[in-house]
Amino acid sequence: MKQEIFYLILGMSIVTQLPRILPLIILTRISLPPLVTKWLKHIPAAVLSALLLPALLLPGGRLSLSADNTALLSSIPCMLVAVKTKNLFLTVLTGIVFSALLQIFIS
Amino acid sequence: MNKEIIKGLKTAIPVALGYIPIGLAFGVLSSQQGLSYIDVFFMSLLVYAGSAQFIASAMLVSGSAYIAIIITTFLVNLRHLLMSASLSPFLKHISTPLLTLISMGITDETYAAGYSEAASGKATPKFYLGLNGLSQSSWIISTVAGNILGSHITNPEKWGLDFALPAMFIGLLFMQLKNRKDIAVAFASGILSVVFAFIMNNNFNIIAATVIAASIGVCLDK
Repeated sequence: MKQEIFYLILGMSIVTQLPRILPLIILTRISLPPLVTKWLKHIPAAVLSALLLPALLLPGGRLSLSADNTALLSSIPCMLVAVKTKNLFLTVLTGIVFSALLQIFIS
Repeated sequence: MNKEIIKGLKTAIPVALGYIPIGLAFGVLSSQQGLSYIDVFFMSLLVYAGSAQFIASAMLVSGSAYIAIIITTFLVNLRHLLMSASLSPFLKHISTPLLTLISMGITDETYAAGYSEAASGKATPKFYLGLNGLSQSSWIISTVAGNILGSHITNPEKWGLDFALPAMFIGLLFMQLKNRKDIAVAFASGILSVVFAFIMNNNFNIIAATVIAASIGVCLDK
């Protein structure tokens, strides 16, 4: 294992574990300012969407709205399943299956 | 075996099953992106956050700065803060060292699966041993197996595996959208992120879009 990769993993570990650990052990005593709490509540939807939309619209870094953009096409059944079932497992499975099928049709 | 551990294990079954396809997909992609199974093992053990691991691996291959990877990881995983905070009123009877261990097992899935047991006020450390133990074991085994298999899979696109990450984002995002305000924030963030992608490097577009959109959300709250 490369040493620099280990430092990266360690850094990722620290920034991931602290938000998991600190509220649970501290928040019974101190509460955050309401404005901070409100801001934090918007983070999950904001960050997920900021990650998702470029992945769908900019495959390989270029804007693509055509029918050969398999990620964009696969996202449609995926979103329908997500809305209907609210089940992560089924949503991911639908996405993988549709994406694989589209690859067969295109190639 | 202890009843509480068994209860935890039963609660973990859907979570552990759900991690298999996502874990395999991450493992395969991570091997294409140059990570070894040892890297993947430590990542799954120490970070244990699917979306962040996918992103880190993809950002590594695109040559992103480590600090950008770590900030993105922080923002992507900041949602755990709210989950951890929301569990705090129910787990006051558990000691701090054990709470620390329990909190390290919080993921979107274990949080959702274990919430009702926690809310009953009777969740025990042994319950969490079963829930978190089985869930994280499934994650570690799936990701490492995927990485080892990955060297034999030459084109993961053909198997649809490159879409596992966007699919997971879709699943997680739609679980977050509870009202029109959430939809507005998500919409703004997505559009900003795409626009910023043309003017920013190293995935800083994600960080900038998230910070601005969450602030827009706060303004909408008033």
